[in-house]
Amino acid sequence: MNAQLPRWVDLGLIPLLNLAAALLVAGLVVALIGQSPLEAVRLIVQGAFGYGEGVGFTLFYATNFIFTGLAVAVAFHAGLFNIGGEGQAYVGGLGVGLACLALDRWLPWWLIAPVAALAGAAFGAAWAFLPAWFQARRGSHIVITTIMFNFLAASLMVYLLVNVLKVEGAMAPESRTFEQAGRLPRLDWLMSALGYEQGGAPLNVSFLLALAACVFVWALIWRTRLGYEIRTFGANPTAALYAGIDPVRVTVITMLISGGLAGLMALNPVMGDQNRIFLDLAGGAGFVGIAVALMGRAHPLGVLLAAVLFGALYQGGAELAFEMPQITRDMVVVIQGLVVLFAGGLEFMFRPLVARLLAPFLRREEG
Amino acid sequence: MTAPAIELVGVDKSFGPVHANRDINLRVEKGTIHGIVGENGAGKSTLMSILYGFYQADRGEIRVNGRRVRIPDSQAAIALGIGMVHQHFMLVEPFTVLENVMLGAEGGRLLRGGSARARAELARLAREYGLEVDPDAVVGDLPVGQQQRVEILKALYRGAEILILDEPTGVLTPDEADQLFRILDQLRAQGKTVLLITHKLREIMAATDAVSVMRAGRMVATRATADTSVEELAELMVGRRVLLRVDKGPARPGEVRLRVADARAHDAQGVERLRGVSLEVRAGEIVGIAGVAGNGQSELLEAIAGIRPLSAGRIEICGAPLARPDPALARRMGLAHVPEDRHRMGLVTRFPARENAILGYHRAPRYGNGPFLDQGRVLEACRELMAAFDVRPPDPHLKTANFSGGNQQKIVLAREIERDPEVLIVGQPTRGVDVGAIEAIHRRLIELRDAGKAILLVSVELDEIRALSDRILVMFDGRLMGERDAAADERELGLLMSGVGAGRAA
Repeated sequence: MNAQLPRWVDLGLIPLLNLAAALLVAGLVVALIGQSPLEAVRLIVQGAFGYGEGVGFTLFYATNFIFTGLAVAVAFHAGLFNIGGEGQAYVGGLGVGLACLALDRWLPWWLIAPVAALAGAAFGAAWAFLPAWFQARRGSHIVITTIMFNFLAASLMVYLLVNVLKVEGAMAPESRTFEQAGRLPRLDWLMSALGYEQGGAPLNVSFLLALAACVFVWALIWRTRLGYEIRTFGANPTAALYAGIDPVRVTVITMLISGGLAGLMALNPVMGDQNRIFLDLAGGAGFVGIAVALMGRAHPLGVLLAAVLFGALYQGGAELAFEMPQITRDMVVVIQGLVVLFAGGLEFMFRPLVARLLAPFLRREEG
Repeated sequence: MTAPAIELVGVDKSFGPVHANRDINLRVEKGTIHGIVGENGAGKSTLMSILYGFYQADRGEIRVNGRRVRIPDSQAAIALGIGMVHQHFMLVEPFTVLENVMLGAEGGRLLRGGSARARAELARLAREYGLEVDPDAVVGDLPVGQQQRVEILKALYRGAEILILDEPTGVLTPDEADQLFRILDQLRAQGKTVLLITHKLREIMAATDAVSVMRAGRMVATRATADTSVEELAELMVGRRVLLRVDKGPARPGEVRLRVADARAHDAQGVERLRGVSLEVRAGEIVGIAGVAGNGQSELLEAIAGIRPLSAGRIEICGAPLARPDPALARRMGLAHVPEDRHRMGLVTRFPARENAILGYHRAPRYGNGPFLDQGRVLEACRELMAAFDVRPPDPHLKTANFSGGNQQKIVLAREIERDPEVLIVGQPTRGVDVGAIEAIHRRLIELRDAGKAILLVSVELDEIRALSDRILVMFDGRLMGERDAAADERELGLLMSGVGAGRAA
């Protein structure tokens, strides 16, 4: 039975239950290898939120996940499953990096940043264009094509890094490091305003851009005519046709926006942290974005919260692996995987149970 | 006297502020066909859903064959011998009839044994009730009437003694409906009990033994069918006298507003569904297209609306040719389109009502500035539409799926008509709509005609075509078979609809 539940249950209670279940199972795994689950949780929370540098890292990771989560969410509203965020972000990194390499000796950072952002978005969007076009015109399934484009992106970037961008005589497949003007400012002022010391965390202004992107996506989806068309097409393609919404146009535009958001992600690692184009710069964030969008119910606010959660798991998990040597880096991946599984894959597992338990209390208030 | 097949005592059900069923008492005798009529939103579907275990009653008791029962889910209903045939079929289209019937009752891990048993059982049911269907036919290839038989077979295969049919004739041709009623007669003869939910009063009169009327969540009356009349039932349903005939003056046709010239079109499988259709609709007249469903009417409407490309021929709206198949362009040229299937095409049921109030017009300047939609103006427009068409409840924020069928249709009609279009094309305007609302919709269409608009009406309800149209065109197999005026003899139209009289094509 698909009961109507109040929004606070769907958007608040059920995700929390999913998270709790994931942590419970993860706790069992930790207990199984003879460690204290409570201690592990304490270390994760402490590592992610307990001190300034930890918070900085958490938000740094979250920045990546916000962008890729939004990318998946936008496509999701049009009924498109964009699995290609990873590749789009990777190629977006090329755009960001080329802009920095070209301009960092001539312009200040605040002029380079917009150009780099536009280039990143444009490169990411371009990488999403062909799958979108194939889907719209030929019916080639976008899940398949975007996955394949991830591999194409990886091959292309390896080729470029090794053969074109690599510094003469260097061993590492990466571009030269940008000059000071090719680096985004850190957010020390914001952190200290919050009473934290940012320390060595690479948190930078692209976090603020990510927050702006959340507002942008919200307005796009729920306040514009284009967003209305995207949602109509996603919810009922036949009705969209009836309403005069061109399916090819909507599919391509939505995927360009989606790819553009994924491409923007590259700003954070390339211009905000490493200051060069490097191998695997998306670092799996494109895939985490899928889980983030699912857990966040394709709503920007949900995406933001889920992104911070995954950022905390990344940062806290690293801390955990460091403090408890018996829990290896791979164990931390298992814990993250469990959260993805429960929050994304088994999203609706607890829904019928919650609906039944709450039914007597909700009868009077539900509409 | 034996215990009644179903007895409801004081059944009560609320959804939040909506009191869907109030203190319902109902007695359905074994071996009868019992009709339940009522307007949309009167609570018929809720009541049947309680019987079939989709909802739980808040209060009251259900007795089946005199025994008090609890029906927590549809499995329990099936175990009690209650079967349901839904308005929208629950069939797996790529599966065969046999596979559909077995689905959920496979009878073991391997299909082989179950499938032999099911085949034998199907043959027996076919013999006993005249329910012939080829067990190996793929369901998606069957006509609607046959698909419905599969639904009935599914229920009988699961041992149903009590069969609930929800608006069963909504999708059937008159001929298929007659066949259905013969089947129901057979079922009754074999001692089965049938609950027939409909708002077609003529069917109630023709097919049932007893009829119960619901209004606003209450059961207002139960009558023996022989002791009542269509007029009485209609009055009981809406609580006041209703006009079953449409009052209208003679048409005053003006200039041609819609012209279709030798239009040809194909469906997705490449079959030609329009084979050279030519027609004209003038300002101030209603032209009705009569015909059995599936003879190209849907394709004609879609082609005029710009949804379906033509392979030959042309379409002119208000004197200008429709340059390309583009619904947005057709709308800008003065066309409004009420599609035949509101769920599939006319609405996004997941959206709140206010968002459906602008579907197709979401680019109109009045709904916002530049790329933005102005929520206030959308809301205001929705409120106005709801007031103009008495949509209930008048809540623009309610999810469209939660409105009753009739009120959903009113949202579509309001959206298209209130735009003041020059040309209106309407498919099945009153399908699944209750009597009170039909009256209002018909009146609205006549008003529109008298305001000098051109209206093309497609309906499988011959009565509706005859009541509203100034001229009737009959469509068969992608062609127009001839034109008659509104006073045409029903038998003559029927013959044209079945393709007889092709020699006199217009």
